[in-house]
Amino acid sequence: MRPATGLALAAAALSLFALSVLLPWSPLSAVFDRDPDLAWSLLRELRLPRAALGFVYGATLGASGAAIQALFANPLASPDLTGTTSGAALGAVVTAYLLAFTSPLALSLGAVAGALCALLLLIALAGRRAETATLLLAGLAISALAGALTTLALALAPSPFAFYDAYEWLMGSLVDRSLAQAVFAVLPGLLAIGLLARLRAPLDSLSLGEEVAEAFGHDIVRLRLQVVSLTAIGVGACVAICGAIGFVGLVAPIFARRLTGGRPGEAVIPAALMGGALLLAADLVARLAPLGRTLPIGVVTALLGAPFFLWLVIHMRWRLGR
Amino acid sequence: MTGPLLEARGLALAGRLAPTDLRVQSPQLVCLVGPNGSGKTSLLHALARIGGPEGEVRIAGEDPGRLPPALRKRRIAYFPASRDIAWPMAARDVVRLGSSDGAEEALDLLDLLELADRRMDRLSTGERSRVLIARALAQRSTLMLLDEPTANLDPAWQIRLMQRLREASARSLVVAALHDLDLAARHADRLIVMDKGRVAADGLPAALLAGAEVTRVFGVERGPDGAWRLAPPGPGPNPSEDRRSSR
Repeated sequence: MRPATGLALAAAALSLFALSVLLPWSPLSAVFDRDPDLAWSLLRELRLPRAALGFVYGATLGASGAAIQALFANPLASPDLTGTTSGAALGAVVTAYLLAFTSPLALSLGAVAGALCALLLLIALAGRRAETATLLLAGLAISALAGALTTLALALAPSPFAFYDAYEWLMGSLVDRSLAQAVFAVLPGLLAIGLLARLRAPLDSLSLGEEVAEAFGHDIVRLRLQVVSLTAIGVGACVAICGAIGFVGLVAPIFARRLTGGRPGEAVIPAALMGGALLLAADLVARLAPLGRTLPIGVVTALLGAPFFLWLVIHMRWRLGR
Repeated sequence: MTGPLLEARGLALAGRLAPTDLRVQSPQLVCLVGPNGSGKTSLLHALARIGGPEGEVRIAGEDPGRLPPALRKRRIAYFPASRDIAWPMAARDVVRLGSSDGAEEALDLLDLLELADRRMDRLSTGERSRVLIARALAQRSTLMLLDEPTANLDPAWQIRLMQRLREASARSLVVAALHDLDLAARHADRLIVMDKGRVAADGLPAALLAGAEVTRVFGVERGPDGAWRLAPPGPGPNPSEDRRSSR
């Protein structure tokens, strides 16, 4: 990727971050006129955590999507399609409603464990260099299983309001997260992105096949474990705080690779920037859409992402000549 | 340099390669031949430290297993039998994965400069092979290991490639597994015949190909017209699988 492209991408992400903090402007400016202290604390306590969560969650999805696509050598591997987000949601639901640990730390740990189980199950089911059909079927099976178990856990939960409580969270939401809660998603997310970015050389060399990557001196088993655990940590922690958000982890790496000439490892950082920008943009749509109320952000990403996914399926069919 | 360029002791891969010793003193072109499943790829893997082999490898007195990836690339280049590439990268970017310093020269050596900006999925299998070989050449490694580099190439390119490998063998030790015995004989400094996961014969190509070992291992012999033909079944172990020695 050329430095200018990278800078433009970073600038776009930064602008969306600023817009996300400042928009909608009119209620904020009204408060500024009356009580500037209150306005600053609104910015600090509400708008900033929301924008930070949006950016870091999107960036985590983008970076881990790029890394697992490189690992499976398949452009359809993404945290949602492989069942990682569903696994994380199951982990968080079990922790909160069955084990009754509701602190952000406990939720994050539960979600990370769930995501890790889902990814390890995926490797066991789909193999190393997964064919698209196997990967999607395995991901579908894991998502279905995790979804069913999540419903079961909510049905068995002692609280009669469990379903209602969990619904909005499961749809994915950045609303009303405090700075203290946001930290539990933002720090693991940034850690995962930073460490995944360090793996770009071995991930790039994987595109020449595992034998060549190994001849280059990369330890493939360790690489697989690193990608799986970092994805689980990043995505798990974000799901625990904000719920499951789909499609960003699929879409961002596909566009990012266009900037890196197809190099899958080099695409980790651009995919993070694009994922962050994409989720901030989706959140702006969710907030500013003239529907009289805020949409769940998971609905917006799905509405934007599903047509893209359909396009991808058709494109792949053409390319394969079927 | 006083010691051998390559020294391998007790090199083995469970179930695929029996403990093998190998010593090559100086840069040259060594060809590995043998029937399907005889252990050519396994020996290349073991030399490249792929798949957790047992035994020791020293390249210019150094254990490549201890080197970090950046330095190891300068010691070993490995070209696998598979021509698959997972992502639709441009040919030049693929070669640069080997080394960005040597990329342009390697592209030029294999006559790829005009194709360099084309995506790999828009190249023919033979062109893709050349790009991937260029990637290995670009590394300018001390030891170059190539698994069937001439497969998928037309006759002219098979000869050109062997010439390029000969040129490269002036500064590197090039070890190439081949199926074409004549091509190997014409270009190699040294021939290693593999059979059933071990070295069956090792020496000068002309002497080896005239000997009985090739007939025993491959089940082929030279006919009166100089072409290879199936040998009549004789005593001793006879090849049972499909073995086409030349293409």
